Amino acid sequence: MLEISLFYIAATVALVATILAMTRANAIHALIYLIISLLAVAVIFFLIGAPFAAALEIVIYAGAIMVLFVFVIMMLNLGEEGDAREKQWLSPAVWAGPTLLAVILFAELLYIISSVEGPVSTAQVTAKQVGLTLFGPYVLAVEIASMLLLAGLVGSYHLGRRALDRNIDEADARALSDSDSDSDSNADKGEQ
Amino acid sequence: MRQLIGLIPLIPLLSSVCLMLLGGRLPRLWIGLLGVGSVGLAALLTGLTAVEFLANPEPFQLTLWVWMQVGNFAPGVAFYFDGLTLVMMSVITGVGFLIHLFSTEFMEEDKSYARYFAYLNMFVAAMLILVMADNLLLLYLGWEGVGVCSYLLVGFWYQNSANGQAARKAFIVTRIGDTAMALGLFLLFSELGTLNIQALGVAANETWQVGDKLPLIACLLLLAGAVGKSAQLPLHTWLPDAMAGPTPVSALIHAATMVTAGVYLIARTHELYLLAPIAMIAVALVGLTTSLMAAFTALTQRDIKRILAYSTISQIGYMFLALGVGAWSAGVFHLMTHAFFKALLFLGSGAIIHCLHHEHDIFKMGGLRTRMPVTFWSFMIGSAALAALPMTSGFFSKDQILLQAYQVDGIGPWLWLGGLLGALLTAIYSFRLVFVVFFGKANTEPDRDTGWRMALPLCLLCALALFGGWIMLPVAEVFPLASGLHPAHWVEYVSIAVPVVGVVIAYLVFYSGQLRVDGLLNRPSMQSLQRFWHSGWGLDQLYDRLFVRPYYGLAAQLKGEPVDAIYSLIVAINQTLNGWLAERQSGQMRRYLISMVFGLIVVLAILLGTL
Amino acid sequence: MDGLNIPLSHILLVSSLLFAVGMLGLMMRRNIIFILMSLEVMLNSTALAFVAAGAHWGQPDGQIVFMLILSVAAAEVAVGLGLVLQIQRRFKSLDMDNANRMQG
Repeated sequence: MLEISLFYIAATVALVATILAMTRANAIHALIYLIISLLAVAVIFFLIGAPFAAALEIVIYAGAIMVLFVFVIMMLNLGEEGDAREKQWLSPAVWAGPTLLAVILFAELLYIISSVEGPVSTAQVTAKQVGLTLFGPYVLAVEIASMLLLAGLVGSYHLGRRALDRNIDEADARALSDSDSDSDSNADKGEQ
Repeated sequence: MRQLIGLIPLIPLLSSVCLMLLGGRLPRLWIGLLGVGSVGLAALLTGLTAVEFLANPEPFQLTLWVWMQVGNFAPGVAFYFDGLTLVMMSVITGVGFLIHLFSTEFMEEDKSYARYFAYLNMFVAAMLILVMADNLLLLYLGWEGVGVCSYLLVGFWYQNSANGQAARKAFIVTRIGDTAMALGLFLLFSELGTLNIQALGVAANETWQVGDKLPLIACLLLLAGAVGKSAQLPLHTWLPDAMAGPTPVSALIHAATMVTAGVYLIARTHELYLLAPIAMIAVALVGLTTSLMAAFTALTQRDIKRILAYSTISQIGYMFLALGVGAWSAGVFHLMTHAFFKALLFLGSGAIIHCLHHEHDIFKMGGLRTRMPVTFWSFMIGSAALAALPMTSGFFSKDQILLQAYQVDGIGPWLWLGGLLGALLTAIYSFRLVFVVFFGKANTEPDRDTGWRMALPLCLLCALALFGGWIMLPVAEVFPLASGLHPAHWVEYVSIAVPVVGVVIAYLVFYSGQLRVDGLLNRPSMQSLQRFWHSGWGLDQLYDRLFVRPYYGLAAQLKGEPVDAIYSLIVAINQTLNGWLAERQSGQMRRYLISMVFGLIVVLAILLGTL
Repeated sequence: MDGLNIPLSHILLVSSLLFAVGMLGLMMRRNIIFILMSLEVMLNSTALAFVAAGAHWGQPDGQIVFMLILSVAAAEVAVGLGLVLQIQRRFKSLDMDNANRMQG
């Protein structure tokens, strides 16, 4: 009984936190809500017998990835006017259509789920089992994932290095079209 | 000499081409020499040919080359020369030469001197081809050439849009007649298999009986062509407007030569008309009504050139009357004398306009008798001939026409009476012109008198207008003889007396003022009648209502291209679709996302449906 | 015991709801950082579905797929945030609608 009530609480927290994260104007606030949502999902993982997944969710998702977000947001140094603009962008005219589509999609998913029967076993699938399977039948997937991560590493290094290099920055700004270059050079001065 | 008649139209044509190509670079003297000299040379050659022809009056034909050959249809560029051709050629080259000479002074200050003479020479060449052609197709070529040249010359001062309007009107109205004439030619060729004029006469007499339907239709179609070119009812409206051109052009084209082309055509194809008595009556009636209508109109005009233009229409009406009653030679005779005195009158009016700062209103002239004596005497003689006062050239020709009209069975006396009324009116309006312009007090001072290049043609034309009536036309071979009967002597006396009465009336009203008509003229009914006559019997307005405005309306409708609406609808649909799709391609990521989600939903729905 | 266990359909329901909310955020936000966050939410919701399905059968495969999703998310975020920096540098804005120069 405790598990079940914990599940519903965690599910509610995850949903509410996600919805709040999606509707915040301030990126840092949204990020905090997102971390809460991820932690709630980690609780669900734990409840359905996947403690290893729960740990990964907290360590990598809520820890590493979200911290990356925080760093980038802090580096961009978005101000108060950014929040005001975000609020302006969240008018009903903007979200009405997407909401309708999302509701329809959810209804379709609901229709599919409605045929699903049966409980989730509470028996734990341990880290050992996961590790054996991972480096057994799924070893090729591990290789692919490692290559993907390498590509992500190289890509982000390349993009990030260019972004922080001032000289290249100004050369690129000159290469941009007239209308953009005006605003670019003004903003450049502000940044400096 | 006979082999050289091909040169007669060729010389003015070559000169015209030279002037067109080199006109801008030649000095003025050369342009004048080339323009006048070429027509003069043509006149000289015509004279030499005439001398030879009169010594041995045998018609002959000269084929230069075959124009085109389609099956058994092979019209040649071939000339036919007989008495009628000779008369026409003499008038065209002779009067044409004098008008060219007159033009050198009239146009000496104009910038487009070379262009003027190029058109004028081309006109003479086209007119010569018209009268010399031995088949109707070549005649039609000259006929159209004359039309083009008249368009170019009427619109000569094209910078003024009203002149361009007049030129277009002349071209389009004559085109109506020309189309009918082309249909007539098609009919003749399909029925008789030839367009050669001589062969046509023979074939028509063999194929058709007098009173058949086909010759009637053919003759009426040809008559429509002649009516268009000769400015007869109902296609006469272009001629008064065509006075927009330079005055010597009016003299050459719209008085002496071009408008007589219709008369020439009917005279030339008289053998066809003899097979269609109804068509001949139609010709006579068209001529008579036109001559009366134009005479009434001329009586109320104020513009000197328009008076002369309406008198031209009226006189050509007389020629048509002559042709219609079978007085072929009288008609051609009147054509010739009319060419003399009308060229004289037009050139005289040209001299007045030239010396009076381009003034056209006769009531602003006056008292020119002592200031421009040469012009005065030429106008006196010209008007006398126009009014057919005894012993002038117009007298002989008009008298013949009236006497022969009287002899027609049935309606003859009525035609004669109508003709007499026309003659009376002619005398009144022509001497109204003389008395108003040359007597009374001067309203505008002339700034110069005519130079020799104007005076010489005037004097020569005076002589021709006075004594041209004594010329014996060598056309006896061409036309069947008129009946030798003479009507009663009183008919002749009345015919002679009527113009004199007209002159006396004009004298009393417009000179001495003893006969007062102001009270009569000021009555409302007379005022409106006057306005009606002044507007050319309202025909211009009628045509404007009936044809021009509906046409403009239709054109305005068609300007929107209603037929294309279907296709432009397809285009519009595709463009809208394209615009709509292009708008989707906006580069806005969120729109793409929304589209993707929409697609996802649809695909999911389809999958669910198939489950 | 069955009645006391968590029904699979409820977990899937939560997963679908998270997916729908993530997609809603994806469609309605213009800020590129929020778009990346929405992607994270969507990836996470699918991961939840996989893990739940794995737990339903008592097999470790669900968690393995979760780990693969995790690596995809990590790589995606790394590259995505690099792009965020570039976009901010070029357009001086994080508005996705500005990045429409390619019209494609």
